[in-house]
Amino acid sequence: MQRQDLRTWLFLAPAGAWFLCMLVLPLIVVFVFSFGERGAAGGYVPAFTVENFLNLGARWAAFKNTLILAPLGTLSCLLIAYPLAYFLALRTSSRWRTVLLILVIVPFWTSILIRSYAWIYLLGGQGIPSLLNALGLGNPRLINTPFAVLVGIVYGYLPLMVFPIYVALERLDKRLLEASSDLGSPPWRSFLQVTLPLSMPGVATGCMLVFILLMGEFLIPAMLGGGKVFFIGNALVDLFLQSRNWAFGSAVAVALVLVMLVTVAAYLRFTRRWAGGREDVSLM
Amino acid sequence: MRIYALAVYLFLYIPIGIIALFSFNAGRHASQFQGFSTQWYGKALTNPFVMDALSTSLIVALSSAVLATLFGTMAAMALQSVHGRMRLAFDALIYIAVMVPGIVIGIATLIALVSVFDWLNPLLAAIWPVADAAPQLSLGYGSLIAAHGLFAMALVIIIVRARMAGMDRSLIEASADLGATPWGTFRQVTLPQIFPGILAGFLLAFTFSFDDFIIAFFVAGSQTTLPVYVFSSIRRGVTPEINAIGTMVLTVSLIMLIAAQAILQRGRKAG
Repeated sequence: MQRQDLRTWLFLAPAGAWFLCMLVLPLIVVFVFSFGERGAAGGYVPAFTVENFLNLGARWAAFKNTLILAPLGTLSCLLIAYPLAYFLALRTSSRWRTVLLILVIVPFWTSILIRSYAWIYLLGGQGIPSLLNALGLGNPRLINTPFAVLVGIVYGYLPLMVFPIYVALERLDKRLLEASSDLGSPPWRSFLQVTLPLSMPGVATGCMLVFILLMGEFLIPAMLGGGKVFFIGNALVDLFLQSRNWAFGSAVAVALVLVMLVTVAAYLRFTRRWAGGREDVSLM
Repeated sequence: MRIYALAVYLFLYIPIGIIALFSFNAGRHASQFQGFSTQWYGKALTNPFVMDALSTSLIVALSSAVLATLFGTMAAMALQSVHGRMRLAFDALIYIAVMVPGIVIGIATLIALVSVFDWLNPLLAAIWPVADAAPQLSLGYGSLIAAHGLFAMALVIIIVRARMAGMDRSLIEASADLGATPWGTFRQVTLPQIFPGILAGFLLAFTFSFDDFIIAFFVAGSQTTLPVYVFSSIRRGVTPEINAIGTMVLTVSLIMLIAAQAILQRGRKAG
């Protein structure tokens, strides 16, 4: 037994040390720094003050944009993803299902940078606007608008929304739908009273995953919002790499993580109301 | 319903397709295709900055994926026999590593490492036997590999564990009963069963590191990875050369992903 224990510890040690040095320590540093002060030439000076947190209002625009566009983006993803997940789970033959599902997931694992860049191309002056112009439909400005950021968000995060909803719908007991239609319910009623409620855990999981990742988004607003539509993530980059105000930046990061924790807590409360509310969702 | 699904798939794939198409455009105009040419690939592949960034990205992705796969698999195996508080702590760490946004991981790693280096460097200089020859710790390959390795390791642990959960435990017991050494059992029974998970984990870890922008943006120091290079060149303007680089990056990750999927699917059937 002794030897087995020793081996277990030796096997865990590298991973444990890595987690401690590269995850636990850095997160503690951010937390500690958030109570510090900015040095004269940038960086950090030890102190204990809550001034950084009281100053969060200085970056209110970033918080406001994030708290408007993240829920809006999550909702857009949901509205587009649900019918697709429904189609995949209930309206495809099993032969095609795997291939179609992989086709949804694959883009999520490819470079979000290149995929956002594709939209700079499409929404930029020589893309869709010039096409509309040629058709005589005016020359709208699309790039560097909240709309462009929203398109990028849906494009980037749609797969993450489709998958959990698909899993929930796929597990759904099809006999319930038969029973509902045998008892004379029209299809829309079966959908509203059987399918939709039973797929809610998947909807909740998808919304939480997308919302959480959107809260920390930097790349999509940076590329498609052109500095006009900026998120908390963009404020963080500015604070750490441009103005080098580490203490205040750390406070913004701590606030961001707190908002995310509140979301996760709300999600856990929400899903516990469903029977067997725990969903294990893997993306591969 | 079918038409709707088709529309969503077109939405997902047309933008990528356009990038790929225009990477072969003979002209540099973004809105009209002026004939087939591979000149932008030639330009990209002879650009020393691109090649430098590419080699940095490959070194970092390969090293972090190898380390993450090795340590992640070891941890996943050990965690099978760990329970109680220790198990809970590890589960929490894996969860945090996956859920905390990349940008927070990036800045946290940046300020933690810079602070530690600021404190260690004078110390190193003081104890180094040769005056003025002490090594200076700074951000670069090491910090990139360590930061990418963290997320990659969490990924490997999750995948290998999922694979182990579907494994037939009685085979391991049978092997031990028949007198095999623990190492023999591992090599002949456990490893063949979990190998698809390990390989898929490695491929995903590599893809993650190769594609990551946000963490590298903060911890790369004087190095430049390919995504960081692409980001800064996009800021300077859209060029056909970026289309060519983008198409190559997408192709690399697509090959990795399809391989990972195929391995996992086949493993699922065999296991």
